[in-house]
Parts: sequence; C-alpha cells; structure tokens
Amino acid sequence: MVEFSVWDILRNLLGAAQWTVYLSLIAFIGGGIVGLLLLILRLSKARGADTFVGGYVQLFQGTPLLMQLFLAYFGIALFGINTSAWVAASVALTLYTSAFLTEIWRGCVAAIPKGQWEASSSLALSFGEQLRHIVLPQAIKIAIPPTVGFLVQVIKGTALASVIGFIELTKAGTMISNATFKPFVVYSCVALMYFVLCFPVSLYAKSLERKMNAVRR
Amino acid sequence: MQSAVNPIKPSIVEINGLRKSFGSNEVLKGIDLHVQPGEVIAIIGKSGSGKSTLLRCINGLEVFQAGTLSVDNKPLLHDNAQAMRALRQRVGMIFQGFNLFPHLTVGKNVMLAPKLVKQQAAEAGIAQARKLLTRVGLAEKFDAWPDQLSGGQQQRVAIARALAMEPAVLLCDEITSALDPELVGEVLRVVESLAEEGMTLLMVTHEMSFARKVSDRVIFMHQGRVHEMGPPNELFGNPQTPELKQFLSSLHD
Amino acid sequence: MRITLDFWSVLSEWPLLVKGVAWTLALTLIATVIGVGFGIACAWVRSQNTRAPGWLQWVVGTYVELIRNTPFIVQLFFIFFGLPAAGVKLTPEVASIIAMVINLGAYSTEIIRAGIDATPKGQIEAAVSLALNRMQTFTRVVLPPALKKVWPSLVSQIIIVMLGSAVCGQISTQELSYAANLIQSRNFRAFEAFIIATLVYLSLSVGMRRLLNWLGPRFFFGR
Repeated sequence: MVEFSVWDILRNLLGAAQWTVYLSLIAFIGGGIVGLLLLILRLSKARGADTFVGGYVQLFQGTPLLMQLFLAYFGIALFGINTSAWVAASVALTLYTSAFLTEIWRGCVAAIPKGQWEASSSLALSFGEQLRHIVLPQAIKIAIPPTVGFLVQVIKGTALASVIGFIELTKAGTMISNATFKPFVVYSCVALMYFVLCFPVSLYAKSLERKMNAVRR
Repeated sequence: MQSAVNPIKPSIVEINGLRKSFGSNEVLKGIDLHVQPGEVIAIIGKSGSGKSTLLRCINGLEVFQAGTLSVDNKPLLHDNAQAMRALRQRVGMIFQGFNLFPHLTVGKNVMLAPKLVKQQAAEAGIAQARKLLTRVGLAEKFDAWPDQLSGGQQQRVAIARALAMEPAVLLCDEITSALDPELVGEVLRVVESLAEEGMTLLMVTHEMSFARKVSDRVIFMHQGRVHEMGPPNELFGNPQTPELKQFLSSLHD
Repeated sequence: MRITLDFWSVLSEWPLLVKGVAWTLALTLIATVIGVGFGIACAWVRSQNTRAPGWLQWVVGTYVELIRNTPFIVQLFFIFFGLPAAGVKLTPEVASIIAMVINLGAYSTEIIRAGIDATPKGQIEAAVSLALNRMQTFTRVVLPPALKKVWPSLVSQIIIVMLGSAVCGQISTQELSYAANLIQSRNFRAFEAFIIATLVYLSLSVGMRRLLNWLGPRFFFGR
C-alpha cells in the first residue's frame, strides 16, 4: 500500500488550485464587465431595462449556484455544442458574478445623493457625461470594498464547479481523498488552501471598508 | 424647608471625599454630601463641572476611584453584581434622552423590570403600570409605542417606569434639557408631585425657577467640587462666591 | 436543429420532487433554529459590549473566519467524509444539518454582532438602572432591537443557506437537487429537471423571505 505524505497531497492540490485561481479571475473579470453593462443599461432608464435587470438579479440571487452550473452544463449541451465543464463553469460563474456585482454597484450608485445628478444636469451635462464625470467616480470609491469582498464569494463558488467535473481544488481533493483513503487530511488541506486564498482578500476588503468609513467621518 | 444634618435620622445617601477621574482628567475632586430621606436636592453648575458624573456615581453607572459612597447605609460594591442590583432597586434614574425601550409598548416598558427583577405577576404588573401611568397623566397610552409619543410624554413614561421599582431615591439627570420648551412643564409638574409626596430627589437641572420652588437644598458645583450649598433662597438670592454670581448672571442672558 | 423539451416526464415524478422540497425545508428549518441560536451566542461573545473572556473571543473569531473563508461544499465533505476517518460516522442527513448549522452560525454571528454593537448606550444604562442583570439586559433590551435592525441581512443569509443545501444532494441527502438528479438519471431529461428544480428553489426563496419578514415582527422584536 503506497504511503502518501502530506507533502504529496499538498503538491497535487497546489496544481489544481491554479485552476481555481484562473476560474475565479475569469468569473470575476467577465462578471464585472457584464455587470457593468447591466448597470449602465439599468441606469439608462430604457423601457423594460429595470424590470429585465431586476429579474435577472432575482433569478441568480434566488436560485442555487449548483443549479445554475447544471443548467449551463446541460443547457449548452442541448444546443448540440459539446461543452466541457470548464466552459460551462466559466459561463455560469460569469453570469452569477455579474448579477451580484450589478446589484452591489446599483446600491453604490443609489447612495450618491440625488443632488449630484441635479447639479450636473443643471450644468447641461448629458446622461453619459453625468455618469462618467460625476456619478461613477464617486460610486466607484464606495463600491470598491464590497466588490473586493465579493471576490471571496467567487473563489468559494468555484468549488461547486467540481460537481460538473471541472478539475479544480475541490475536485482534486475528492480524487486524492479517494486514492489515498485519507479524507480527513485531504479535506483539511483543501480547506486550508481555500482559506489561504480567501482570508487575505477578506482582510483587504475589511481594511478598505474601514478606510472608507474613516474618510467619510 | 430648612435642612440641617439630623443626627437622629440617618442619611439615605452618604458621600464622603468622593474622587472620580476619566483617565488623567479628574472630574470630581472630593465631594462630601449627606442626603436626608425625603430631601429634594438640586444640583446646578456649568457643563463640565461634574454634576452628571456625581449623579451617575450614586447608582454605579460611573465607578469612582477614592472616597466612600453609601446608600441606605450600604456601601457601593462595584464588583458585587448582586449588591449593585440591590442598590438599583433602591435608587432609580431618569435620563436626559428618556431611553425608553423602542420594541416594547408603554405599558410593557413600565412592567418589564418588576417582572424580571421582582418576579411580579402579570396581573399585578398591569395594575401597577396602569396606576403609575395614571399618576403621570398618561393612562390612555398604555398600549402606545414610544415613537408615537412626544418627548414630554416619553419622559413621563420614563418616570413611571422608574417608579415601578418603588425606589427610595430618584436621580434626575437633566430630564428636561432635551425637551421642547412647551413640553417641559408637564414633566416638571410630575416631579413636583413626587417631591410633595416625600420622594428623595437628586436633580441635575438647568430649570432654576423650578429648582428654587421645589428643592430643599441647592448645590452649586464648580470644577469638580461643591462650591456652594444651601437653601434655594439663600443660594439664588445671596450668592457668596464670584463663580456662583457669574453663573447666575449668565443664565439671565 | 430542433430542441424538444419534455417537461412532463419530469413533472410526472412530482412525488419525488415534493419529497425533495420537504427535505430541503426540513434541513433549512432545523439549521436555522439551531444555527441562528448558535449565532446569537457567538455574537454575544464577540460583541464589544459584553465582556467575554479573551480566549473564548479568540476561539469564536477563528471559527467565524474559517467558515467564512472556505466553501460550504468543502465544509460538508470534511464533515461527511473527513470525520469518519477520525472516528465520527454520520448519516448524510445529520452531516448536512451539522454543516448547515456551522455555516449559518458563523455568518449570523457577524450579522447579529453588528446589530448588538449598534445598541445605543442609553438603552443599556436604562436597563442597568432598573436593576436588570446582564442576561436580562441582553435578551430583553439589547437583542430584540438588534434583531430587528439586522433582520433583512439575516433573512438573506438564511435563504443563502437554503439555496446552499442543494449541495447536500452530493452526499445523497434526499433534498430537492438530489431528487432532480435522480429524475434525470432515469429519463435523461437533465435540462428540464434542473429548470423545474431551479424554479422551485426560486419560489422557495421568495416564499421564505415573505414568511420570515412576517414572522420576525410577530415573534422576535415587537413591531
């Protein structure tokens, strides 16, 4: 019977962890771009935009991420496209992230006092100019702490991609645990690695928030 | 009413050499005060003179560093939770900010402490609460919520709530300072009736005419010390020290 | 290319779905009652108003950060697969409940703590002046307004845990996602099965939010 050391386990997990990082970045950046577009759409007050984006957000916030992953995986397959777990996970997590980010950012824009809109429109700025020069710069400052905080949720969300077969940290953990018969050690290592990824981000988000509150006092 | 230290009747509140500091800032610099049962004492002075701090020492909300303080011949034991709770059943407090419990109706606000501390039965609690609310003129507000009441009404509920514990001494910490002027009178009338019934009252107040009318003794505090003390007519009519003279004249602006 | 969707073959298995929903709700109910209770206790420890011993604050703090910075699925797998190696064998249902309780406990600790720390100082002074002891002050004066203040966040977190319970199907707990998986393994209608399950989850979250928003004022914090 082959003896596996903790170092063997960690080494294998580290290899898989990089895919966790890649997937997180893709989802976060992709989700950020989609979320921003949705935000602008919502702010443009086009007809039905608010209902559409509102419904979109409700859908992703009110259903399990696991279901979203399954639907992406089987849904894309329906169209005859032979999809890998990687693509399905990327699509699902990107849309999931976009819904949450657009909602967070909407809150930040709503926190900008109405007077800012009124003052800038009195200066004859167009909607786009108001957004670009007056509202968004202020909203971005408020938005940074919760956005950084949500990155932690994204990293944790990638763990579910293991269920549709994507080989990231959790899936590797399951496989190694089955191979070594050491689930306690393996899953402890997996948890530890997620912690090492997430905790610094959490701390950073908290310190950003503290700085923000200090400034506003 | 003249008050001299009566050797036959023991003081209900006895303070000797009380010193209290906040960090390096000494706020009370040696207070001596003996309060007789049924006495009404008004404490006046500039802000920062230590008036509220002194009051809050008496029911243990502030901890003092030197000196002695006893209520009913029992010294304050800050570390003994049971002793402190016994103290607070004897000494009640009314706050400038009312501090009614927002999640309880007026009636429940009054009933809460007797129920929890004295295990008062529900029926007795309701009866007592109704009686006390009638006494402060708010019988019909039994089921109202605090945020539905005016400031003066809330403060009167706070008085009823403190009275529900049947205290021997009532501490009033600037209880009308946060009220709109037209609401001050209704609260003062309740306090006056308490004084007439013989409640021992220590009031920190800016209402000078009320203090003059109702109190047996007035204490003027200045920079953490009892600067002048005496019957109201003497203190207001014939101030001895320049500080008190200056304080009284500044009030008439 | 035509896509034919066949929802009926999924809906005809409705008893399985109902059983799944029942399990999801049962898991959530138990986890909520125990988890929020646990969260209140931990929030008390971590609050700056109370003076809990330092070592206890550290233990609770470590627990909270560990749970909040690791995925629920990993916590679940650790409890179900990992603990047996250390001698503790659990059924899928028990493991799921424990995982959900521990998870909700950590998140609600932070949420409730924020509410407790926002208590105006005067409220505590008034309670103390009325001779209430520490426990009475906490449960009767501090906690109800604190819960009212953080109720929306707490409700959102409970719903997140309910949605997270979908993962418990991976260890064969017979909740809704397990039911959907079972159905699609029989009739190969994966997309339809998961769409229906998703819509059920959506209704559950909307329904739970309404229910909890009705329940809160009634039972926990006055109006």
